[in-house]
Formats: sequence, C-alpha cells, structure tokens
Amino acid sequence: MANVISDDTIEYVGILAKLELSDEEKEQAKKDMGSMLDYIDKLNELDTDGVEPMSHVFPVDNVFRADIVTNGDDREQILSNAPEEKDGAFVVPKTFD
Amino acid sequence: MSLMKMTALELGKKIKSKEVSAAEAAKAAIEQINAVDKEINSYVTVLDEDVIVKRAEQVQKAIDDGSMTGPLAGVPVAIKDNMCTQGILTTCSSKILGNFIPTYTSEAVINLEKAGAVILGKTNMDEFAMGSTTETSYYGPTKNPWNKEHVPGGSSGGSCAAVAANECFYALGSDTGGSIRQPSSFCGVTGIKPTYGTVSRYGLIAYGSSLDQIGPIAKDVSDCAAILETIASYDRKDSTSVKRDAYDFTGALVDDVKAMKIGIPKDYFGDGLDTDVKNAVLKVADVLREKGASVEEFDLSLVEYAIPAYYIIASAEASSNLARFEGVKYGYRTEEYEGLHNMIKKTRSEGFGAEVKRRIMLGSFVLSSGYYDAYYIKALRTKALIKQAFDKAFESYDMIIAPAAPTTAPKLGDSLSDPIKMYLGDIYTISVNLAGLPGISVPCGLDRNGLPIGIQFIGNCFEEKKIIRAAYAYEQTREYAECGLCQ
Repeated sequence: MANVISDDTIEYVGILAKLELSDEEKEQAKKDMGSMLDYIDKLNELDTDGVEPMSHVFPVDNVFRADIVTNGDDREQILSNAPEEKDGAFVVPKTFD
Repeated sequence: MSLMKMTALELGKKIKSKEVSAAEAAKAAIEQINAVDKEINSYVTVLDEDVIVKRAEQVQKAIDDGSMTGPLAGVPVAIKDNMCTQGILTTCSSKILGNFIPTYTSEAVINLEKAGAVILGKTNMDEFAMGSTTETSYYGPTKNPWNKEHVPGGSSGGSCAAVAANECFYALGSDTGGSIRQPSSFCGVTGIKPTYGTVSRYGLIAYGSSLDQIGPIAKDVSDCAAILETIASYDRKDSTSVKRDAYDFTGALVDDVKAMKIGIPKDYFGDGLDTDVKNAVLKVADVLREKGASVEEFDLSLVEYAIPAYYIIASAEASSNLARFEGVKYGYRTEEYEGLHNMIKKTRSEGFGAEVKRRIMLGSFVLSSGYYDAYYIKALRTKALIKQAFDKAFESYDMIIAPAAPTTAPKLGDSLSDPIKMYLGDIYTISVNLAGLPGISVPCGLDRNGLPIGIQFIGNCFEEKKIIRAAYAYEQTREYAECGLCQ
C-alpha cells in the first residue's frame, strides 16, 4: 500500500467527520482509506494542467428570490421529529457553564 | 391476464375505461406484496391497506368526475425511501432516520400525486444510496426476484425488485452513479436517469448533490417516458433545476432508428466485462443496424478515471450533506453522552453504517486543508475532461450504447468485502452522472445462469428523446421477460 494512514490522520479525520471510532474501526478505517487513496491516486497519471475545475456541468448562477416567507408555520410537526424538545425549541446538552 | 402483469400505462387505460377500479388495482398490489415481500424485502415501509385504498378511492372519484385525466391516474407506485413523503416514515434505509416522519413531500412525488398516483410504500435501498447492491441497508438486504441468492443491485434495489416482482406498477428511484440503471439491469426492468436538473431534487435526501437525479423505473420504455413526463418540472426550490423547452417525452415513442448514428466505446469492452453481457450488447448493436441505424466503434477515452473522480466528488459532497445528521432536529440520538460534541459523535457513530462512515471519512479527508487541491480540485478537473470527451463523442454520434454493468447480479455477500471491486461495477454508469447526461437501461437478454442483462443508451444533455426513441425501437423487437417468481 502506497498510502499509509497514520493514527494522527485518522484521529483528525474523525474530528472533521464528527465520528467516534472504536480501536477496531480505526484500524479498519486506516486500511480502507489507504487502499481508496491508492486507487484514486490513479488520477495523478492524468495531465490536468490548465484545465478549469468543473463543479457544475451547466453554466449556473446563484438563484435569488425575494426574502419573503412562503412556507407555513409547521413548528409543531417539525418539533415532533426532535429527539428532545421543550417550549417550542430543540433541546441540546448544556454546552457552556 | 393478472392485473399485476400489466404495465402502468395499460392499467391506467383500464382504469379510465372503468374495466378496473383504482381500488382493485391497489388491492391487487397489496396482495402481491403480502405474498412475496417477506422473501424479497423490496419495501422498508408498506402503508396500511386502509390508507392505500382510501387514496385509491379518492383518485377514482377525481377520474370519474373528469378532474384527473392523466395516463397514470389511479396507478399504484412505490417510492424509494430517500424521497421525503409527508406523514410517511422516510428512513433512507439508515438507523439514523429510523423514526423520521417528514413534514413535507418531495417535488417529484407531489408531481406524481397531482397526476393521481397511489403510493403503496417506500422501497429499500443502500443506506443513503451509498452502495451498489442494497446490502448496506439497515433494514436488511433486498433479494433479486430472478434468483433470491443474488442481489438486486443498488442503490435503488428495492424499487427495481418491486417492479420486477410485480409488487407495484412502477417506482421512483434516484441515480448518483448508476443507482437506477444498474439495478434495472440486474432486475430485468427499465430505468431512466434524466439529464441533471430535469427532475427537482427538492425533498430528495442528498448524497452527492451535483450528481443526484430522480428517475422512473418500470416494465417498459413507454411507462418510463410517461412517468418522466409527469415528474419532470422546473422548480424554484431546487437551485439546480433547469427550465427545459419541452417535457413531452412520450412523443419520442416512435419505432424508427433510421439514420441514427450510434457509437460503441471500444474502451468499454476491456477486462472485467462478462462474455455473456458483451455478446448481448453486441447483439443489440446488430438489431439496431438491421433497423437502419449506423453503429460503429470509437474511442471514448478516460474511462478508467471516472470512478476515482466520482468517489472523490461524491464522498466530498456526502461528507458535507450528511453533516446535518447530529441527533438534534430529527432522527436517532444516542442514549448516553457527555456534552454536545460527544452526543453528536456518538449519535453519528451509532446511527451510520460502515459504508456511510467510510465515505464520510474519505470525503472529509479529500476536502481537508492540504489535500483539497490534490484530490478534490484534481477530481473536478478530471470531470471537465470527461465532459469534453463526451462532448466530442456527441459531435459524431446521436447516442452511445454500452452495457449498464460489466456483469449480471452478483451473489449476496460477495461484494461488501471488497469495496473497490464493488465500485468498479459502476464503470459504465458513473461517467454519465459526472457529465450530467441522460441514460436509460433496457433489458436485452439473460446470461447463462438466467439472470437479466441490461443495455444502456446514453444521450447528450437534454436529448432524452433520442435515447427514448432508440430504446423503444429496440424494445419492439423483444417480449418483456418476467422473473420466475411472477410466472
């Protein structure tokens, strides 16, 4: 395997991806990511100098609209999907003292 | 003829002429689901019989009083479980959305409902549409109705299996890298991935937003054209929605390919292509030649770079799109935690399956500082080159034909152990998404083991009508083959 993923990298990716991996999952992830990167490194064979990156196949511009509310008030239905709610708001764990 | 053997349009006609009622059709579908879905597992959720029949009766009334006149009015449909349906559980086949009841309905489904569709339920899929076999579903794999030891393909495996097993008259799927065309091919049904922007993505739970498109899955090309005509619309709620000049896809159902110029990419016929699939595809070329089209081989180029570019782009977009699942607004939340960050991390780690985590991590990595240019931007440059290669091909050809997949359906359990091998199975479909093109997969025979093979017609952007016409003309030369389960 050409790409060796270090413990630090997997730790960092876990932070970015907001995932908590068990030691076993970490080892597997290191292996999987290494072989995926080996595979996608194939793109390095390709000369892309001077090629403009294409994020969208058609020329699109930002789509603007007037800032007018058009959807109804469905707060209750929306909150009914929340794991925890109180007084018309989502409840999250205490984040600061 | 048993009701369930009909195509969607055939049933629609019978409902209109009052030979069959919408409620009878709905009950027949429910009966078939009850008979076979324990084995096939096409559905994550089947609506209550009362709810389905009530809706059918409501549609029937509208048909009778002349307010609903469309060709699909009263016809029962199955919806892939990544499209939001108001009041109906929508799981994306994930644990993390195991209790999610949307407060709104996706635009494509609204368009169907306006045309009188009767929703039967929500179909199984690879979790968040990430996979090619429907085995990554949290709710268990779907089986291929042709042979239950094999996968139906994916990620729209539930929708394709439901159509093949007569558990609905048609279905909606979504296609990010082949997720409509590949399982259509594996299940012996027909599916269209439209030009990017043709069908609104509003209410489609996003995977790779620049690649995702909703499309129809049915027994034949005519049904698919009629369904596409119904679901396609310009929608301000999807900022990538394209206002098209015309949406009359059924106008292309003409049995005539004379003077059409069709290209077959030589580079699609290399290693890894199964002999039976190859021969079936070459036979389709002969049939089209006999019908007056010119078919010739050409070099498309860049074929081997499509999959690596796709996995960078799709994973990058997925890592961003799936950041919204944090156990606060909806879905699963872990039971024990210490503080906000630990709650989010544990929720996501317990709520997502292995393949989803794999792609989120890869996506986070390729977007991270120091790697962004080397991977993500490189992939976008590759995408530009792939688009150019197709542009060049369409200067010479009206369309391209190719296998939908290099093999027929693999056995259950054979794919997940080697992700890269599974990814390689998408070689003929993925570049179509990268270039935003329309593609249709149509059954074109069986392999030595009796499993279906699909032929793919690929068109230039906005040229669905050309591929629908050629696919329809080809289809006129053969009978719809039913799986053993339905005979």
